[in-house]
Amino acid sequence: MDLGPYLLLATLEGAITAAVLALTAVGLSLVFGVMRVVNVAHGEFFMLGAVLSWFVASHVGGHPALGFVAALLIAPALAGLIAAAADWLVLRRIDYDPERTIVATIGMLYILQQGALMTFGPDARPVEPPFNQRLALPWPSFEGGFHLTWPWGLGTTSYKLFIIVAAVSILCILWAIMARSRIGLIMRATQMDGEMAQAFGIPVERVYAFVFGLGAALAALGAVLIVPVQQAHYLMGGDPLLLSFIVVIIGGLGSLPGTVIAALLIGLSDGIVSVFFSPTLAKIIATLLVAFVLILRPQGLLGKRAT
Amino acid sequence: MTDSKTPLFLRTRRKALKTLGAGTAAALLPGLGTYVQAQSSEPVRIGFQVHRTGIGAAYGRWYDRTTQAAVEKINAEGGIAGRPVEIIAEDDGTDPKRGAEVVEKFATQHNCDIAFGTLFSHVVFGSAPRAGELKIPYFVVSEGHHVASGALNRYTLQPGITDVKSQVQAMAPFVAENLGKKVTMIFPDFAFGHDHRDYFSSAIEAQGGEVLEMIAIPPTETSFTKYFPKIPRETEVIYHVMVGPAVLTFVKEMGEFFGPSKPEIFGFIDSLEAVDLSSPGLEFLEGTYFWEGNPRYAQADQSEYDKAYRQAVGVDENGASVSDAKDISTYAHMFGCWETLHIVKAGMEAAGYSGTDDRAALIEAVESMTEMPLSAAHPQGAKMFNGKTHQVFGHQYISKVEGGKLVLQHTTSIEDTFYEDEVDYTTQSF
Repeated sequence: MDLGPYLLLATLEGAITAAVLALTAVGLSLVFGVMRVVNVAHGEFFMLGAVLSWFVASHVGGHPALGFVAALLIAPALAGLIAAAADWLVLRRIDYDPERTIVATIGMLYILQQGALMTFGPDARPVEPPFNQRLALPWPSFEGGFHLTWPWGLGTTSYKLFIIVAAVSILCILWAIMARSRIGLIMRATQMDGEMAQAFGIPVERVYAFVFGLGAALAALGAVLIVPVQQAHYLMGGDPLLLSFIVVIIGGLGSLPGTVIAALLIGLSDGIVSVFFSPTLAKIIATLLVAFVLILRPQGLLGKRAT
Repeated sequence: MTDSKTPLFLRTRRKALKTLGAGTAAALLPGLGTYVQAQSSEPVRIGFQVHRTGIGAAYGRWYDRTTQAAVEKINAEGGIAGRPVEIIAEDDGTDPKRGAEVVEKFATQHNCDIAFGTLFSHVVFGSAPRAGELKIPYFVVSEGHHVASGALNRYTLQPGITDVKSQVQAMAPFVAENLGKKVTMIFPDFAFGHDHRDYFSSAIEAQGGEVLEMIAIPPTETSFTKYFPKIPRETEVIYHVMVGPAVLTFVKEMGEFFGPSKPEIFGFIDSLEAVDLSSPGLEFLEGTYFWEGNPRYAQADQSEYDKAYRQAVGVDENGASVSDAKDISTYAHMFGCWETLHIVKAGMEAAGYSGTDDRAALIEAVESMTEMPLSAAHPQGAKMFNGKTHQVFGHQYISKVEGGKLVLQHTTSIEDTFYEDEVDYTTQSF
């Protein structure tokens, strides 16, 4: 394959990774930003979204789009509710103590993973995409006058493009909620100073449960979008967790714009390095990047220094 | 079978085979009644190492069903030398470390006579040394060449399924003659995939072909499009073999990558085991070829043994569970469990096996086996066992996707799968 088309394909693949990663990592970042909780179970909420998506889609008959839309609405909501309940039952009781929340979320990780294994089984489950036309992409050629060619292997599917559009839309909605709505204001107030917010009558515990649920729902949403491309499997939570942590550390803990920028950086470099060299090298580079960020700019790209 | 191509082990072991055959026949004589021969009615305890969880779970589910069906048949026919067979199953999580622990449990906790089962080669590789240390016979139903390569030990045997080296060597002439000589290989990056990499590449070179590119993919990978641009444009044949939960994604994305201009494609059915051929996105497989260890779809000339075996394990004519058409079997591999258990029965009866003290005698009895004719015990086809390398050799099947089904095109001879011995386990002490 020529270099140009090769690069475009790599960028497209990277953009899909980045889109899903941005959703997942923003969830993790939000939870850390508002609650100061390092949620090690975040990858399992991603998995839960995927598995619930399969469960919902497989119980809705008719056109695959119906099942997909149902999954898009139900799976993140359910994952969010489960997370909010976990916050209420576990994290609140240990007073959001930083060390203990890490241990508690590790426990959640295993409970969710084994729970999925016991209820849904160990198989990989596909969800049919609502639409999936293969789109051959053109490439400009200037040999013998300008014309378009359709290089071999250069293509994507309509559904893959939809993932990117959907993720961008969801992130815009999230930004609007955070910046313009009352609940966003409450979340930001809680993030800045929990005690002061409480003093002003904000029900901080309920905000925490909501934020923990929202974080999980965002991860689940990312999973619902990717399941028609990949498959739902009870062990799929590992990679998104690792990559989300990488993204959140590079972007700056708790900074949403930083998280989105870092997701783009990691997603695109993963796509491009994977295609031109090897996927393992892409992971090595991402991890090295984390090390450099921690040495040179510990607060991350857009994070604020702890005061 | 007396030509010079016949390996020595097959010519010198005729006598042992006859004795063995007589023993088996006697045990199966009708009218003896259930378990009358038993000196002890204690069950024969077989530790079954099964992939219930982890990336091999789909195989594990069907290995389990096949094993239960085989045990039911063996017990209905009088058990092993009159003793009933009992299966003690333990999940190995498709994980080498846990595999070794499971073998240890069989030997020390469950007091099993033998260990049996497991498919994924890294689990076999992780468990076999422990089986050797604990001196428990370990009958594996994997496909890795590591048994016959001599990398393991005398306690590890693979008598019920052929190995990758045999399979690819028998396939290569078909690929070179019918599909093309410039091949790009896509395989998983661990022991099993490396067997494909090493032995298919030399087999295709022996046919005058060449491998243009070898694309190794980590076994836990979930998306594949990023690997496909490495396929050189001049590739005539794609040779693919993938395993694990993402196989459907792999095949689907390969179709999306090539679009209408795909090269010839030859795959190992591992890339589609437990996957419905009518899954959306797999239409592009029409006209491509697959290796099958045992044809998934009941063929027009299906043997009566395949018919009975299919019924016993609960698989319909399309290779799906009779109770759920969406539950596709791992038909190309799971026969190995059925056949291995029948070999264990024949071996124990020939050895006069009465307890764990007779483990060495059991291994010697199996080592002396050679011909295994097509029968109810061997529904996949006739086989030849090589006692020196602990590896069985058998027919291989090449099928083509026609009208959304796999239709058998070519059956290799057993001789096509032979290679020089690389080890003689019989010279190792117990």
